[in-house]
Amino acid sequence: MNHLMIMPIVIPLITGAFLLLMYGYNIGRQRFLSVASTLLLVVFAIWAVMQAGVHDYTLYHLGDWQPPFGIVLVLDRLSAIMLLLTALLSLFCVLYASRGSDEAGSHFHALLQFQLMGINGAFLTGDLFNLFVFFEVLLIASYALLLHGGGRARSRAGLHYVIINLVGSALFLLALGILYGLTGTLNMADLAQVIANAPASDLPLLKAASLLLMVVFGIKAALLPLLFWLPRAYSAASAPVAALFAIMTKVGFYAMVRVFLVVFGLDQAAPANDTVMAWLWPMALITLTLGGIGVLGASSLRTLTAYMVIVSVGILLATLAMNNQHLLAASLFYLIHTTCMTAVFFLLADLIGRYREAGYDSFSIISPLAHRWLLGSLFLIAAVSMASLPPFSGFVSKAWILQTSSHLPGYLWLWATILGSGLLIITALSRTGSGWFWRPGERTLKVTPPLDRGRTATVALMIAISLALSLFAQPVMNYLEVAAELVYQPAGYVDAVLGDYIRHDGEVNSSEVNSSNVNSGEVTQ
Amino acid sequence: MDMGLLIFLPVLGAIASFLARLKQPGPDYVPTHALLALIAPAVCLLLLLGYLPRIQSGEALVYTLSWIPGIGLDLAFRLDGLSWLFAVLITGIGCLIIIYARYYFAGKDTAGRFFVLIQLFMTAMLGIVLSENLLFMLVFWELTSLVSFLLIGFTWTSRGARRGARMSLVITGGGGLALLGGILLLGQIVGSYQITDILAAADTITSDDRYPLTLTLILLGAFTKSAQAPFHLWLPHAMAAPTPVSAYLHSATMVKAGLFLMARLHPAMGDTELWFTLITITGMITLMVGAFVAMFMHDIKGLLAYSTISHLGLITLLIGMGSEMAMAAALFHLVCHALFKAPLFMMAGIVDQTTGSRDMRNINGLWKTMPALMLITIIPAAAMAGLPLMSGYLSKKMLFTESLLVSAPGWAETLIPVWVTIAGLFSVAYSVRIFHNVFFNGQPVNLPHWPPKKKPAGMLIPLLILALGSLFVGLAPQTTYDTLVHLAVSATALTQLPLYDFAALAEARVPAMMSLVAMVGGLLFYLARNPLFAIHRQLPEVDAKNIFERTLQNCIRLAQILVHRLENGSLQRYLAFILVAAIAPALWMLIGNSDWRGPSELTSVDAIGVFGAIILCLSAIGVVLFHHQRLPALLLLSVTGLFVTLAFARFSAPDLALTQLSVEVMAIVIMMLALSFLPQTSPRESGGGRVIRDLSLAGLAGTGVALFAYAVLTRPADTISGYFLANSVPGGGGTNVVNVILVDFRGFDTLGEITVLGIAAVAVFAFTRDLHLKQRVASSGSLKGFAEPHPVILQMVSRMVLPIALLVSAYIFLRGHNMPGGGFIAGLVTAVALTLQYMAGGLAWAQERMLTRFRPLIGAGLLIATATGIGSWFTGYPFLTSAFAHMDWPILGEFELATALLFDLGVYTTVVAATLLILANLGKLMTVAGPGKEAG
Amino acid sequence: MELVIAISLGVLTSTGVYLILRARTFSVVLGLTLLSHGVNLFLFTMGRLTTGAPPLIGLTESHTDPLPQALVLTAIVISFAMTAFVVVLALKAAVELRSDHVDGEDPNEDRQ
Repeated sequence: MNHLMIMPIVIPLITGAFLLLMYGYNIGRQRFLSVASTLLLVVFAIWAVMQAGVHDYTLYHLGDWQPPFGIVLVLDRLSAIMLLLTALLSLFCVLYASRGSDEAGSHFHALLQFQLMGINGAFLTGDLFNLFVFFEVLLIASYALLLHGGGRARSRAGLHYVIINLVGSALFLLALGILYGLTGTLNMADLAQVIANAPASDLPLLKAASLLLMVVFGIKAALLPLLFWLPRAYSAASAPVAALFAIMTKVGFYAMVRVFLVVFGLDQAAPANDTVMAWLWPMALITLTLGGIGVLGASSLRTLTAYMVIVSVGILLATLAMNNQHLLAASLFYLIHTTCMTAVFFLLADLIGRYREAGYDSFSIISPLAHRWLLGSLFLIAAVSMASLPPFSGFVSKAWILQTSSHLPGYLWLWATILGSGLLIITALSRTGSGWFWRPGERTLKVTPPLDRGRTATVALMIAISLALSLFAQPVMNYLEVAAELVYQPAGYVDAVLGDYIRHDGEVNSSEVNSSNVNSGEVTQ
Repeated sequence: MDMGLLIFLPVLGAIASFLARLKQPGPDYVPTHALLALIAPAVCLLLLLGYLPRIQSGEALVYTLSWIPGIGLDLAFRLDGLSWLFAVLITGIGCLIIIYARYYFAGKDTAGRFFVLIQLFMTAMLGIVLSENLLFMLVFWELTSLVSFLLIGFTWTSRGARRGARMSLVITGGGGLALLGGILLLGQIVGSYQITDILAAADTITSDDRYPLTLTLILLGAFTKSAQAPFHLWLPHAMAAPTPVSAYLHSATMVKAGLFLMARLHPAMGDTELWFTLITITGMITLMVGAFVAMFMHDIKGLLAYSTISHLGLITLLIGMGSEMAMAAALFHLVCHALFKAPLFMMAGIVDQTTGSRDMRNINGLWKTMPALMLITIIPAAAMAGLPLMSGYLSKKMLFTESLLVSAPGWAETLIPVWVTIAGLFSVAYSVRIFHNVFFNGQPVNLPHWPPKKKPAGMLIPLLILALGSLFVGLAPQTTYDTLVHLAVSATALTQLPLYDFAALAEARVPAMMSLVAMVGGLLFYLARNPLFAIHRQLPEVDAKNIFERTLQNCIRLAQILVHRLENGSLQRYLAFILVAAIAPALWMLIGNSDWRGPSELTSVDAIGVFGAIILCLSAIGVVLFHHQRLPALLLLSVTGLFVTLAFARFSAPDLALTQLSVEVMAIVIMMLALSFLPQTSPRESGGGRVIRDLSLAGLAGTGVALFAYAVLTRPADTISGYFLANSVPGGGGTNVVNVILVDFRGFDTLGEITVLGIAAVAVFAFTRDLHLKQRVASSGSLKGFAEPHPVILQMVSRMVLPIALLVSAYIFLRGHNMPGGGFIAGLVTAVALTLQYMAGGLAWAQERMLTRFRPLIGAGLLIATATGIGSWFTGYPFLTSAFAHMDWPILGEFELATALLFDLGVYTTVVAATLLILANLGKLMTVAGPGKEAG
Repeated sequence: MELVIAISLGVLTSTGVYLILRARTFSVVLGLTLLSHGVNLFLFTMGRLTTGAPPLIGLTESHTDPLPQALVLTAIVISFAMTAFVVVLALKAAVELRSDHVDGEDPNEDRQ
């Protein structure tokens, strides 16, 4: 019985619970446990990536109940990649936080572990209601983390963030209710095939439900006009938390991929699918544009980065809306890049802010700073990567996206917005750089604080990842190509999960069932 | 293959220089650093010369190394005539620049940085000209923009340098993005980024309907880089850079990258109407603008910058014409320009350093103090002017010849010759000026340093070499052409061309006349300069940099305004947006929907049900009506909750009813407590419009939900639940199917949900830790409820109730698996009972009597539940697989002992602890005694 | 009966939505509670409505759909957790922002 694949959920749960049990632990022990658990997560994520590389789908039947009756976890390349990304990101965040940010409030590490449990669960689950539950887990944890450190700005941003997401959860339940009422099932695969065979009279309702889901995930992913909570929330959060949040919007993206391309993905369900994409396309482009404008108009590096997140969301969703297998692969690559880089910038804003005499990370205040050369070079490299200039991963991902989109309808819109926002980003970043590192001139601080090696090393390492990602892009790209291919063969997913269980006379059209080698939990010992 | 080496040698050099700088900072080491920096370019140059024979045989050496085939990006190098010519210029002039810099930076500790950057730049430049793969070339293209940014900002303390740097980066960077787009399109059309393939696919490209867009984008890249109007504005401001940089990047090499690209792609994309029109016109405008402005520049470097622009325009114009001979003229002039412009810049640098000024109104008559410099400068100046026997003369003449050969289209036929003659006239004028004005023209006017500082003679070596080179080209054009340029031209034509016939050129009459006109006119113009300056002074002063900055600032302000308009921090607006986004599309879908009424039978309407529904609705509406009076609203809310409970009970959901009831109690208690600290009333602040908006939103939302409900309810249900009913007892060992689902079929959900509860509690603990309402409470005055003890009766009752309540909850807990009940409900009941103690005894009292703290309890609860799940691993089953056995217990009778029960214990513990933790902290907030010791 | 239920669900939702759009945290909390009532009830009714058929094996012969009940039970507890959280957060915000307006004292203070 292959229990490894549930580890990404169980390990952080146990760690978090244990940290609560030992509520008296001093910060040192908390850090140790937290880092250890995150390291384990990385290990298991790597295993997951390799496992998914060999077997298209690995299943885990919780409580040993067969789907669609019990909850099932499904590990495929897509979820594996997301797991690995999350694990790495969280490792860096924990390391950075362990340099002191975690002492600003209580139970940082426990909450962070719970957050990871929620995120990993969302990536693994194959059951729609279970997805809801894990959303709630990661949300409540994120509320807490957002408030970590206290202060007025956080209280306000937190309040908005919480209330908006509560409304989102309500919508989620609503959509779930409709879907269950019409299909009588919750398992994604089962839903897919029931929806595929739904009577025509149900179609409008199903479409409406899918649109509700689009809004729900749109709130998570920060899609216009649902994104206004994001800039303040992200710029209010403490640096490591904001960095970790870089993955949160991607959870929304992931959910969209899963639901719209798998649950509503079978050919017969195409109408519902198309409706969503038709709505998504323009909204995503406007999101992208607004993000670019926001980047230009930002008044502090954290706000700038927050809008950078919005830009990335715009690109991801726009590519998703173009609904093409190869483009999905490309945007997954971009997802990895942008998640790393936005995280880097949240940390960088904090790191540099610490060594500026005044103004922390604000642009309007001109202040001398310590360690100009080191921080300056760090910022320069990060900026180059963020502006997706060569030779960093951003360049590869954008080139790939532009290429693959170039023969799809409406590609000029995508190109114009992507390249345009690129110019805005270059402009904004060059202003920031020259304003921070050049403008103060020769003035220096009275006392130079020693450089925090740990924090700096963490950031540098993350940037290095971006470089490595482009140097060794090809294998990653191959992996993602297959991941996208699987996503675009929902019939294979359905077969893998349901096996020979087919409710309804309507069969899954076996012609499109690719010969995916399923590795169900029972098979492997 | 060592072509790769060609590119990466300078990188190594840069690294070496960097380390050297770290090891030996300070000005004393400049000479050694310069020597170190000289190695890489020198070696590259030698390597290149070694290639000459193979190039002359006309072959294009190509070497490809796969990098990211997925996007067609390969490490591919190409060495043919064209790239060889450029590479030689880059490395050759690079060496001389470094020698020059050794003196220019003497005694400055910024020298180290310069040597590092200049070698990096050399890499980038070599990369551009030696790339076989266009995407790979783009990598270096962007790198040049970046390094140029750093070099222009070299003296970052000066505002001008910073702004100039930003401006150049934005313009060239933007061009780079356009170029990226263009190259990608080109690649899509051809199906490859290898230049070989692209050059072979000319017809495919020009016939493709994306050709215009592709060409435009690529030219945008080239024009921005090569400072073609109107993108030329960044170049003059790049002069803020140290003179070696200006001489190298902004005259000899980088600004030629765009020209290189055009020449490179000419065989594939040229020979079309569009190509001719776009490039020729741009070239003409640039040529004229540059030449004209240059005449009125008083700053030496400014003059040189604009003259560079005009010469770039000239070459662009020739490339636009596109014939082989025109291309020959273009590349020939490119070489000449590199040879005469670089030394002039160096001269400017020397003058600047020695006299401390660059203003030609002050700098006069330096021939007395610097005769050597004067003598050397004659040659490049004359070449720039295009005096006979000089290289410039020949290239000009070639230009004139070509301009006469232009046949189509009509407008060009006469315009171009006239145009180029006028431009030539201007160039003569400013060439004469820069020479005569600096070295003669009377006495110097209050210069910062006078007499000028001495500079070591060595600084003149690079000038001399270049000047001699320029002279040589002028005297032996044929040889130069045959060895250097011819190969390049052939490369751009993809065939071995006949050699350019300079003898014939010497014969040509009309061009000779044209250049005579230009010379005479230019001289006259120079003599008449002072009145002209006077006129020019009348013209409005335009500083591109300020315009650029202002536009940028405005854009930014605009962006800020827009963003603030949208993201204005008003939750109400955000929520409205979200609701609209949720309602609009859904309704849009449903508008068309005809059959709301599904096929299945409606259940009969019964009085009680309707009655309940009415009360439910009324109470809900009541909450809205009274929401300004908060306490009544809260009470009405509890009524709503109660009737929801009843609804559950009525429609056969006893578990839900119980849960809802106990949750309701807790929720209301919490809200009560909260309310005792908030204002008792909400002000009426929403205007009529807002109210109407919200009402309509609410109405729509309600309608939507109602329609959904009706539509679904009237459709037949076909669910998987039969399985649960069937397997609950045999598979789950419990008759209460709901509970079995919760702890077994979908136990994983439950695990997640208690985690949520636990986290919520811990979060409350975390963010209320150092917060206390004391200061504020005093004002609002109402401190009821929680902190201090309450009526004796209540205390007595509550203490009597406690054990009973605990017994009850134990019973509910145990029977849960078979009858309504279970961990949740039991937990909540317990929590309610304990809450009562808080209420009665007061916080302090209760805190003392709590056996343990709550956080560890939460942890324990979660761990128990998780451990139960893990337990099943050891029996070889997946997480949370249940096992059970029935057994007889004394008194309580038969209960079955299921692992599910253990799991439920975890649930129970978590629920109790979490609920109490929240209450305790809420209570703690309210202790008058201040924060006190943390609760839970 | 379906119609009655549908209407009452609509009313619950409308009232909830309207209150959510108010400017004071307390009203919003009220609204959220109403909304969650509505949504929970909605989810519950998605198992269709049957009286006197609790999903207790052996107690009655016909049983209503148990799954939605389980889901709603989960949802109830989660929404309870959320409500409790948001109530306390509202208190905290009210103290720190010195106002129980959802945007604190001055919604656009960092506009200047």
